Amino acid sequence: MSNNIDLKKGLDLPISGKADLETRETIVPDVIAIQPSDFKGLNARLLVKEGDRVLAGSPVLADKKATDILVTAPVSGTVEQIVRGDKRKLLAVLIKADKNPEYLDFGAKDPKTLQAADVKEALLKSGLWAGIVRRPYGILADPEVSPKAIFVSAFSTAPLAADTEYTLGNEIEALQAGIDALLKISKVYVGIRSTESRFAALKGTETYVFSGPHPAGNVGVQISHISPIRKEETVWTVSMPVLAAIGRLFLDGRCDLRRKVAVAGPAAQNPAYVETLPGLPLKALSKFYGASAEGLRIISGDVLSGANAGANGYLGFFDSTVTILKEGTERELLGWAKPLRTSRYSCDHSYFNWCLGWLKPSRKYDMDTNLHGGPRAFVISDAYYAKVLPMDIYPLYLIKACLAGDIDKMEKFGIYEVLPEDLALCEYIDPSKSYIQDIIQNGIDLMLKEMA
Amino acid sequence: MNKVFEKGGKLYWLHSTVDAFETFLHVPGTVTAKGCHVRDAVDLKRIMIIAVLAAVPAAIFGMWNVGYQHALATGTDANVWQAFWFGFLKVLPLFVVSYAVGLAIEFASAQIRGEEVNEGYLVSGFFIPLIVPVDIPLWMLAVAVAFAVIFGKEVFGGTGMNIWNPALLTRAFLFFSYPNDMSGSQTWIALRKGETLVDGATGATPLSFVADGGMDALQNAGVQYGTGFWDMFIGAIPGSVGETSVIAILIGAFILIWTNVASWKIMLSTVLGGLFVGGLAQLCGGTDIPCLYHLVMGGFAFGAVFMATDPVTSAQTECGKWIYGFFIGAVCVIIRLFNPGYAEGMMLAILLGNTFAPLFDYMVVERHISGKNKKVKVA
Repeated sequence: MSNNIDLKKGLDLPISGKADLETRETIVPDVIAIQPSDFKGLNARLLVKEGDRVLAGSPVLADKKATDILVTAPVSGTVEQIVRGDKRKLLAVLIKADKNPEYLDFGAKDPKTLQAADVKEALLKSGLWAGIVRRPYGILADPEVSPKAIFVSAFSTAPLAADTEYTLGNEIEALQAGIDALLKISKVYVGIRSTESRFAALKGTETYVFSGPHPAGNVGVQISHISPIRKEETVWTVSMPVLAAIGRLFLDGRCDLRRKVAVAGPAAQNPAYVETLPGLPLKALSKFYGASAEGLRIISGDVLSGANAGANGYLGFFDSTVTILKEGTERELLGWAKPLRTSRYSCDHSYFNWCLGWLKPSRKYDMDTNLHGGPRAFVISDAYYAKVLPMDIYPLYLIKACLAGDIDKMEKFGIYEVLPEDLALCEYIDPSKSYIQDIIQNGIDLMLKEMA
Repeated sequence: MNKVFEKGGKLYWLHSTVDAFETFLHVPGTVTAKGCHVRDAVDLKRIMIIAVLAAVPAAIFGMWNVGYQHALATGTDANVWQAFWFGFLKVLPLFVVSYAVGLAIEFASAQIRGEEVNEGYLVSGFFIPLIVPVDIPLWMLAVAVAFAVIFGKEVFGGTGMNIWNPALLTRAFLFFSYPNDMSGSQTWIALRKGETLVDGATGATPLSFVADGGMDALQNAGVQYGTGFWDMFIGAIPGSVGETSVIAILIGAFILIWTNVASWKIMLSTVLGGLFVGGLAQLCGGTDIPCLYHLVMGGFAFGAVFMATDPVTSAQTECGKWIYGFFIGAVCVIIRLFNPGYAEGMMLAILLGNTFAPLFDYMVVERHISGKNKKVKVA
């Protein structure tokens, strides 16, 4: 098959604590949070007050500019609290959930019989539009702009990420309905792991098989190999859980965001899956980290690009992984000077884990959050970073253009093609300990400001 | 860290220095603040220390060779240990001066910029004594190091921002400011006060023989000099402290390549560049020096392995590295063969290579981008 793309560059982190392929429990949380910060580019306007009754699918937030973009409640219940931060910035809307959710009925429809405008309207009304990410920049999709194509990565290669074959492998019907709906808007590309994948059965799409280490599963990497984004082009990306939710919207007529979430990480006890909803308070996962969350970092997402939500935080809208790590505040004696430092992983050849890897390839490491060094200027050359970035760009040039705030150079070096998550591994391996994802995000924010 | 060293404390002006020593002993307890939650165990300290370790064989051999050359030139007997000890005592002050002056400036500049001390100078400071004549007056070395670190590095913003290799800049400063102490035949042999050379000993390096009179001069050099290819390969010849032994340098090259700290592409392409020009000149009858000799004479091997591969000042892109290395090798041999003034071309070739490296990268990157744009137009 000509649609096989074998990526050589990249790195699979040997981190311990992979979740067992079993769903330990279904958590129906008491309280669920809707966080505007999950949706990049959303300028949120509040549509509810404390005490209001909402159904699953009722609008809670709207965008101030594109007023038909809504964020809806994933559960039915009453609005318990509106959490605001500094300068009254809206942080979260907390909804006290009913025991048995009541769904707002959007009406089941066969997407094949619909027009593009009907699909758009259904997505906007149900709030699932907010689940579509537009590239470049990784922000909310603009309903007025038709994308060149829609990309779905059917798998994740991020460390410890939920295995989509397990979480969504038996929801092919919903996924197919979602694809059928999206096909009304534009053509759909799906990236799968292998031809044996259950998602190879999805019809109407152009399917590509990606092999190779992380970040082969990143949709940005897949786009750059299928049809790179150029200036003034727009594409959409849809994550698998959102695609399934779109499918359910057309099959059942409800906004149903339930998903299986992997709870994993070196500090997780008996890591496994739970079935729950986005906005879940991470406290509800206390079974996985024991009595106290002290000294632990609880991440909504994977270890490379997830958010440090903490025990009092919530599961992000797009996340189907929760990772639990130990905070690495311990000061290791003579760490860098040890000839062998077998308890720590390094992919650099100046440590000899790569030789140990020959002896025991399956060896996993209990990684923690220590920075393992101090921040420095960039010293090592571009090629060092490029070996974990399977894209046709020069990462260090892009990073330096972002640091300099030079719009022309950023454009030239490929800012349209990347989101911070695509360069996460560059950040991981960086001996200068820079915050590369942050630098890229700042570059993107600058582009948005200048291009607006 | 003690409170007095923190911001607002009495000894805050020592903050960077204390931090440098503290993090030397312990990995800092800092955790990732944003972005990736886990980080690779590698840091610059590790990478830099590997580069230093790789140069240790050359340094040890160099110390022995200083003693050996001294014994040869003065007609005294010295066994291996006596020779090494003599050389060790001669070379140690160079290391002390290089590190003391360079690190003092590094610590002070890091403090002024409010940054942590970058480990880059650990490597430069180790390389500098290896590329100067052993009898260089220490005050000259101190002035040169200060010049190179301040004007070669700190004014650009410290390690990572510099254009030229600081160690080579030190040598270039010495070379142009104090030419009498950096060239000629008296400089390469360590002599105590009052000692004189025995008959026939000149102290000249094979390179200067070649520069003066081609292969004939080399072959007719004093009997106690090793002037064959293998003598120069082993390295028991006069020259800068660490540059003479190709064997010791190859051990270093092996360490650097095996640990991926330095780029084998640069090393290989430098050798190819040197062979190309040397071979061409030989074929056209421009010289009678076999092109292989260029690889083992003077600072070619040391420069190709330790100096040209400096990641900050070399080319960044993989393709750029090939061009950069080839350029250095070629220019080095061109200077050696066609410039009557300088016997050695490696230092100038690498500094010139450093200067042009961004241009090579620019060409490679621009070509890549225009190719990418063309592909889009076709598609």
